[in-house]
Amino acid sequence: MPTTLPADSVGLVTPQTAHFDEPLALACGKTLEAYDLVYETYGELNAERSNAVLICHALSGNHHAAGYHGKDDAKPGWWDAHIGPGKTIDTRRFFVIALNNLGGCHGSTGPCSTNPATGRPWGPTFPLMTVSDWVCSQARLADRLGIERFAAVVGGSLGGMQVLQWTLSYPERIANAVVIAATSRLSAQNIAFNEVARQAIRSDPDFHDGWYGEHGTLPKRGLKLARMVGHITYLSEHSMGAKFGRDLRSDALNFGYDVEFQVESYLRYQGDMFSTVFDANTYLLMTKALDYFDPAATCNGDLATALAPASCPFLVVSFSTDWRFAPARSRELVEALTRANKPVSYVEIDSPHGHDAFLLPDPRYQAVFGGFMKRITRELDLEKGA
Amino acid sequence: MMRADLALIYDWVPEGARVLDLACGDGTLLEALARDRKVAGYGLEIDPDGITACLEKGVNVIEQDLNLGLANFDDDAYDMIIMTQALQALRRPDLMLDEMLRVASEGIITFPNFAYWRHRVHLGIKGYMPVSKSLPHAWYDTPNIHLSTFNDFEHLCRQKGLIISDRAVGNGDHEGHWSSRWWPNLFGETAIFRISRGQGHKRSRAQTVRNTGELL
Repeated sequence: MPTTLPADSVGLVTPQTAHFDEPLALACGKTLEAYDLVYETYGELNAERSNAVLICHALSGNHHAAGYHGKDDAKPGWWDAHIGPGKTIDTRRFFVIALNNLGGCHGSTGPCSTNPATGRPWGPTFPLMTVSDWVCSQARLADRLGIERFAAVVGGSLGGMQVLQWTLSYPERIANAVVIAATSRLSAQNIAFNEVARQAIRSDPDFHDGWYGEHGTLPKRGLKLARMVGHITYLSEHSMGAKFGRDLRSDALNFGYDVEFQVESYLRYQGDMFSTVFDANTYLLMTKALDYFDPAATCNGDLATALAPASCPFLVVSFSTDWRFAPARSRELVEALTRANKPVSYVEIDSPHGHDAFLLPDPRYQAVFGGFMKRITRELDLEKGA
Repeated sequence: MMRADLALIYDWVPEGARVLDLACGDGTLLEALARDRKVAGYGLEIDPDGITACLEKGVNVIEQDLNLGLANFDDDAYDMIIMTQALQALRRPDLMLDEMLRVASEGIITFPNFAYWRHRVHLGIKGYMPVSKSLPHAWYDTPNIHLSTFNDFEHLCRQKGLIISDRAVGNGDHEGHWSSRWWPNLFGETAIFRISRGQGHKRSRAQTVRNTGELL
């Protein structure tokens, strides 16, 4: 972190907590009697309350999407490349809200929180969340913040699924949808990778059926493995090759099982880091939410029919080397949207960075996404602000 | 100010039509049609600058290579399908015509007329491949791989049993000049055709998809 904050940063931000006492009925049949949502905001809500943008996070994301929590932060929020003054989501024009979803491990109610009914942490008994449940909780946060209708709801990957669900659950409350590197449903291969991740966690002896907190352990090895597998799917073969090739850490092969190739070192490091900051039960829950999402399921698999309630313009973006949620998945969504006569634009960004590309800066990505946001700015007459 | 061929097309698109605009460029036509004629639909484009311009205008644009066909669009999904100045750049213009009239019952197509007198002068007298306002590229870097004439296109439509319901020429400054009306193949710089399905033209989608997959 630089000693002075970059000019195009939202600067220092402080997370806030909203407490909700209104019970939330979940898709799994259970009810959350009360819960907290942690969120951050950037920019100013205008007098008409028309300039709010909701950011939905992906599997391991959270409410810290932009800016810095402290001067000593090594890195800004996870989508800082796209949120800030003069950036794609221009905080001089828009009031941006990013939250940590329920079931998360960064402050919102989740498996690490105390279950008021037992006085113990929820642990593995925390109800499985669905994308619909999240969207419902997000709408309540919007109510709390006085936002009737979002100028845009935006998200990548699992976040893109939430955007799609917004257009179906609350079509009157979303003026524009930006669905990036997402899919309307996971493929068998996607679910398979998630299951490997889950098995890695659940078979760790330190997992204790999810009660590791009570046992004073952490299933770090399992979580590390899960992250390593996941991380491979976020990168492209090309980007891994370009970054590591077959480079060795030392000059020669050492004929053993310690780290030899740079890519092994990188994956282990990523896994280790992740296993110390992320909760295993949250990871399991998030992968399940991914697996379950399938809005077409209620319409015999006919996505175009399922999309009937949607009414806002969509921007769908995919990345050429993304094989986790490949461009073909985005095209399926676009085809269903056009079949349903919904306003949609689609762009495939040529990028070597695989699924991770949605997090990174890229001139064309920014031009496309920025162009769409610029049109919203113009239509909502938000230009007067700055 | 709209390009001459676009202005003419604009008048040919019925109010409230559902339109697919192939190679929609910066979305000028769709924007005007949506604003003035309640036309809804999508533009297809591959040029990044064109796509960004569409997004800024609020024109629905889908990044799609026309050479891969239109398999993602259903039969009869649109009232009108438009393709301006792109036919000559496609790998198989004939198959694209089939695809266009599968997706919509009516289409408007514009392309540079290779038999335009200035082009003939270039080739016939000077002995060089024509370079003009409508054909600005050199022979070695042109995207226009299937150049044709007013007559060629009419011939193809006849072969395919398509109905030409209207035709016009765009001619830079000489719009509607007597010479280009009487001898469009000689005096028309841009050919503009309005076509629709003839009897027995329609083919099955499966067949089209198979064909386009192999050939387009």
